[in-house]
Parts: sequence; structure tokens; C-alpha cells
Amino acid sequence: MTTTFTSTSISTTAGGVRLALQNLGKAYGQRQVLHNTQLTIEPGEFVAIVGRSGCGKSTLLRLVAGLETPTQGQLQVNAQEVQGLREDTRIMFQEARLLPWRRVLDNVALGLPDAQREAAARVLAQVGLGDRLNEWPAKLSGGQRQRVALARALVHNPRLLLLDEPLGALDALTRIEMHALIEQLWHDNGFTALLVTHDVQEAVALADRVILIEEGAIALDERIDLPRPRSRGDARFAALEKRILDRVLQHPDEEQPAHDTSWPGLPVHGVRWAV
Amino acid sequence: MSQKELEALCGVESAFAQPAWYIESQNAWGLGLKLQNLLQAVGQRLLPWLVPLLLVSVWQIASSQGWISVRVLPAPLAVLQAFGRLAESGELWTHVQISAGRALLGLAVGGGLGLALGLFTGSIRWVETLLDSSIQMVRNIPALALIPLVILWFGIDETAKLFLISVAVFFPIYINTFHGIRNVDPGLIEMGRTYGLSQWGLYRQIILPGALSSILVGLRFSLGLMWVILIVAETISAQAGIGYLTMNAREFLQTDVVLVGILLYALLGKLADVFAKGLERYWLRWHPGYQ
Repeated sequence: MTTTFTSTSISTTAGGVRLALQNLGKAYGQRQVLHNTQLTIEPGEFVAIVGRSGCGKSTLLRLVAGLETPTQGQLQVNAQEVQGLREDTRIMFQEARLLPWRRVLDNVALGLPDAQREAAARVLAQVGLGDRLNEWPAKLSGGQRQRVALARALVHNPRLLLLDEPLGALDALTRIEMHALIEQLWHDNGFTALLVTHDVQEAVALADRVILIEEGAIALDERIDLPRPRSRGDARFAALEKRILDRVLQHPDEEQPAHDTSWPGLPVHGVRWAV
Repeated sequence: MSQKELEALCGVESAFAQPAWYIESQNAWGLGLKLQNLLQAVGQRLLPWLVPLLLVSVWQIASSQGWISVRVLPAPLAVLQAFGRLAESGELWTHVQISAGRALLGLAVGGGLGLALGLFTGSIRWVETLLDSSIQMVRNIPALALIPLVILWFGIDETAKLFLISVAVFFPIYINTFHGIRNVDPGLIEMGRTYGLSQWGLYRQIILPGALSSILVGLRFSLGLMWVILIVAETISAQAGIGYLTMNAREFLQTDVVLVGILLYALLGKLADVFAKGLERYWLRWHPGYQ
């Protein structure tokens, strides 16, 4: 499966956006879900956000998507302040969210002008579903549905792709296939990618940087310098995965070992429990 | 079972398996099995018809033997003859046409209003606040309870019948349209927004198709009600239509014609249901439940 993808680029204009979160925060009524978050993501960077459920990582993604408005701070794309939904940003949700009453090709062509239906077919071929164009979504497996959703996102040539635990409901084997596919398409298209996941292995396998969010604040920003494609059996891979996983499982109130305090680029309030 | 017994049994079996006649009989048995399966399949199809057939035969025999008075229940054959007679004279088609026309016009008026209002209250919050509680209040009045009032308002002509049918079919379509729209997956609507669909695009491509299965359920309910109300309305008073046909026949003690009228209502009801099912099968062909 992983070898069938062509490496031709979907888009003609390559490149991702630079994303900057400046003191971004979100509160629902009295409840502060995300505290003033400071984060910069370089163009074309693949960043994974991990954390326990309810830690605010999905809220962060929805703020970046423009689906929610921040209650404090601002969001900058290529050094311009932005608000609301944007043309250059596409989201892949936890569920595929395909329209069950439209065939696969029409789902991918959603929101596209009629003239670009060919592009939809081409992208579907790139995710390995070139022969299922006229199928109803109900006939597809979970992994195939997520591949259709991925094609639907990529056909718009996004400069920022947001992935909200898109592989959470898939089985382990399908997940590994999807990792390779996402990595390949990210590599070919050069968009900036922001992945929210609770699977640390997935984060280490895909991301240039893994960010841990704990109680609505960034608690760890770890660069992953492993060469791609990454092998899960690799000793350095395993060591990194274990280190991050141990950190995720650690209770925030516990004392921190001294060597963990040297993360780059973190504001003081981001590590308030450690200082 | 002892070892000795087991050996003896195996010996017997292998002795059975060898001779050629056994193999042939196996083949013959296989063919018999296929025939048996076929018969079973045919039987499955015919089984539901068994009870109605039996009832009609008993009815025929009872009538022709004179156990039941013709005035109470004429024989099935007599009913068929009456049907043929009415069809030949053309009288039957005129009445069917008039009745079906009334029913469909009432459905178009009441159903159309129900659909439009359901779409409004389902889609726009303040319209729901404004109208829904009033509509729910009126809904609790049975349409047939309005008959005295309707006669006072419209007399006993066409308008009264149309009004009754419209009122009756309005509510099932209204309620199911409203709930269909409210039950569209919000995740799909959010997805549509992030993919740049306009308000109208969202409505046409996500909200309406999402509500369609529920709207069709409402339509099927309404079709059932439509015939019931039509029958009552035509029985009260009419100068034409199936109801007129049966009431007229009652005056002249033509029980066979009365039965023809009843059968016609049954046939038309079934026809409407088949039509609604066909719509479901076509419009909801993406749904695993309708494939």
C-alpha cells in the first residue's frame, strides 16, 4: 500500500504558512480551557500536539482553524493577524464527516467549481482510491473514509493542514499505512501541518516537533531529529517515545527532574509548575 | 464406544462408500436436495398468500352454499362481476379520478404548507419560538373533530373535503421535516462551513439531504391519513367519488358495489404506499438501510 503513491505534487504553488500564536487563550464562561499560549510554527513544519483528553489540545486546534474565536491574544498567519475561517486552511476531523448521500468523488469535489472535478479524481488516485470514485461512503471501511477525507482536504491545496485525531478510530495496521500516506503527501506538498493526537508513537513517527499540552498550557516542546522515513523499531525512536510518554503520564503536581527544565522557547507561565 | 465397536462401524462405512450404486444414489440425492431448496424458496413466496386465499375460498363456498345472505356479504365472484360492470360503464374510473384528485390536491396543499413551515421552524430559531408552540397546540385537535365547524364554514362542498385532508396531512409532514432538519449531524454542517460552502450551499447540499429521510417518513404517515380522512369526508356527503359510489349503493342495497368501493380504497392506499417506498428507495439509495 505505501509504495503505490506517486510522488508528483498536487499543487503548483508549494509552501506552507508560518503560524504564530501570541498569548492565545480561550475561556468558556468561567472555565479557562487554554491559557495564554505562545507558539511559533515555521512554514512547512510538521508539529504534533499531544496531551491527555480534556487538556485543551483540541481547543487549540479549533482556535487555529478559526472555528472558535480566542478570548485573549491573537493568531497570526504569515505575520498577519487573522480571524475566522480561512481559504488556505483545511481540517481533517476525528470522524471522516463525509456526506453519506454523495458519492466518493462528489464528496471530494465539495465546494470545488465544476471545472476542477478532474483534480478531485486525481487526488483520490493519489490516496489510493482511484477505483472507488462512484462508491457510496457507507460502502467504505474506516481507513478508506479517512483517505477520502484527506483527499477532500488536499484538493484545495491547503497551506495549513489541521489534523484533529484523524486516525483515532482506526486499527493499528491501517494507522501505520495512513502515517506513511500523510507523511508522503506532506513531503510532496510542503504545507504546514498541525496534528492533534493522544498517540505519542504517532506524534514521534510524523512530527518535527512534539508539543505537550497540560491543563491548557504548553508543558513540553520536543524536537524530533530522527531521519525520515522513521522506523518504529529504531532505538532512538523508542527512547524518544518513552521519554515523551513518561512525561505525559506524569502528574503535573509531581516534582520535575532537573534535566527537563531546558526546553527551548518556552515562556515562564508555560512551565509554571516546574519553576 | 469401545475400540472394537468403532472398527466395526468404520468397516461398515467403508463398505458403504465403495460400491458404484452408492455414488449414483448420492448424485440423485443431491439433485433431490436442489429441488427441495427450490420448492422451499417457492413455498416461502407463496406462504403469505395462503391465509387470504383460504379465507376467500371459504367466503366463496359459504356464499354459494347460501350460508351467508347475499345482502350481508355477496360472493367474491359477484364482487368481481360488479367491479367489471362498473369498469365497463366507465363509472368506476370517473369516481376513482375524482377521489384521487381530491386526495392529491389536499396532500399538495397541506403537505406543501407543512414542508414549508417545517423548513422555516427547523432552520430559523426565532421562527420556531414564534410558531412551534401554537402549531403543537393545534396539532392535538383531531382533524375529524373539526367536521361540524367545517360544515358550518364551507358547507358540504369540495372546499370542506379539501380543508379536512389538508389539515390532517399537514402535521406529520411538518413535524418530521422540523425534526429532520434539527437532527442533521452538526459535524457535517461544521465541515461544510470549513470547506467554504455558502449559507445556501450548506442548506442545499447538507441540511436538506440530511433531513430527507425524515421528511419521507412524514410523507408516508400523511399518505395513510389522507385516505382515512378522504373516506370520512366522502361518506358524509358527496356528489361523486368512491364515497358517493358506496353510499349510493348502500341506498339500493347493492352490497357488492359497496365492497368494490372498499376494495378500491384499499388498492389506492396500497398504491400510494408503493409510490412513497419507491421515492425512498430512489432518494435514499445511499443509505445502507434502503439498498
